[in-house]
Amino acid sequence: MPDKSKKFYKYILNSFPVFLLFILVFTGFDLSIIYYNLNISFNFVYILIFFWVLKKPEIIGFGLIFLSGIINDVILNFPIGLSSISYLILCVMASLLRNRTLIPNLLYDWVFFFLSILIVNSTNYILQTLIFSSDISYESLMSNTIYTSLVYPIFAKIFNKINIYNLREENA
Amino acid sequence: MSASRDDFVIAIRSAFLKKDNRQKFSLFTLLVISCLILSLEYFKSGPIDKFRSVTKDIIYRGSHVVSLPFKLTSDVYVKIQDHMNMFNDYKLLKEKEYNISSLENDLKFYKSENKKLKKFINEEPLLEGEYVIAKVLIDKESPYIKSLIINKGFESGIEKGMAALDRSYMIGKVVETNYLSSRILLINDLNSKIPVIVEPDNIKAILNGSGSDYGLLEYLPKNDTVDNGNIVYTSGSDGVFLPGIPIGKVEVINGIKNVKFFSDLTQLDFVKIRYIKRGQN
Repeated sequence: MPDKSKKFYKYILNSFPVFLLFILVFTGFDLSIIYYNLNISFNFVYILIFFWVLKKPEIIGFGLIFLSGIINDVILNFPIGLSSISYLILCVMASLLRNRTLIPNLLYDWVFFFLSILIVNSTNYILQTLIFSSDISYESLMSNTIYTSLVYPIFAKIFNKINIYNLREENA
Repeated sequence: MSASRDDFVIAIRSAFLKKDNRQKFSLFTLLVISCLILSLEYFKSGPIDKFRSVTKDIIYRGSHVVSLPFKLTSDVYVKIQDHMNMFNDYKLLKEKEYNISSLENDLKFYKSENKKLKKFINEEPLLEGEYVIAKVLIDKESPYIKSLIINKGFESGIEKGMAALDRSYMIGKVVETNYLSSRILLINDLNSKIPVIVEPDNIKAILNGSGSDYGLLEYLPKNDTVDNGNIVYTSGSDGVFLPGIPIGKVEVINGIKNVKFFSDLTQLDFVKIRYIKRGQN
């Protein structure tokens, strides 16, 4: 019985990023804080995908990331496939950094994350405005990019703790 | 130099094509599939559209189920806030002097006069049209999108372009219909543009969504007389909405003509969809 509960606990710990990803896309979760007419909003999904693909790619399958993009598009009324492309480009960037990194460094990851979401959001903006003629507030997109990159280290630290705990449990 | 470039090329190739442990697809394959799916957006009818509609219905229902605990929490928070503000609201109401019976008599008189005048100009009474009441499944309020998903689709006769109302106030229009669900684009969405008239001077304008909790009046004539407290109604000049549906009140802030909506777009549980009768508009 303790073995079973331990297995279940390990399963929950391993599946946590996938659960979180699907809850975020299914609810279309977007934390916006309005502070003196300043709309501060973050994109948690970008942080989640980038971190876990960078640190432990086997935990979130690329197929699941693709599927979460499709769900996100349906919920947010984007052209279907657009978020999948954004998320997969982010995966490519994270994989590239993973392949090139010998000693992990949060500062290096942070700068690369900022560059990655700049590329992802630029692609998103170009596709939406030029191909689908949607009206997007460029300022909101840019501020979202900046705030998302600003909060990255906080969530990276939290996820890192979970990752280390997970590794400890696996090796126990 | 050349070795470093080779390393970089190998890293890129590996990122795109290598399948890691427990990965069933390479990123390149999934990117190609995503591009293919994105290109299918151009097909707006036929079996692809039907498949898309069914997929959306399933995802909307799934999202509704997943969002239930979060919605419940936010409802409880709103209720607690209402309770906290009750005493202040009560004091505010007590300070205002209302002569309710006189107001009621005035209202009855204006209603009957309005009815007579509408009959005179052969206009269909606005509030006596056919409606379908729908429940809000998902309300998506982010800086980029302001929309609602309702639990009625083309199975209930809902079509694109129908007006969505909260009580008798305009809140948006149907922009997407599936078999069992529809999407309403709210009037404060960046992509929402509605032809309106501003009373009492009958000034025509376009009400643009701002992505925030108010609308912006645009394409006003030069030297317009729009001022604080003027009421904004649909003009019906687009041939989509009936004229005279109330939307909000004008608030001029630093010379910018904003519209404060009559309805609180963040607290919608049920909406009324007004049927368009064929040949009516």
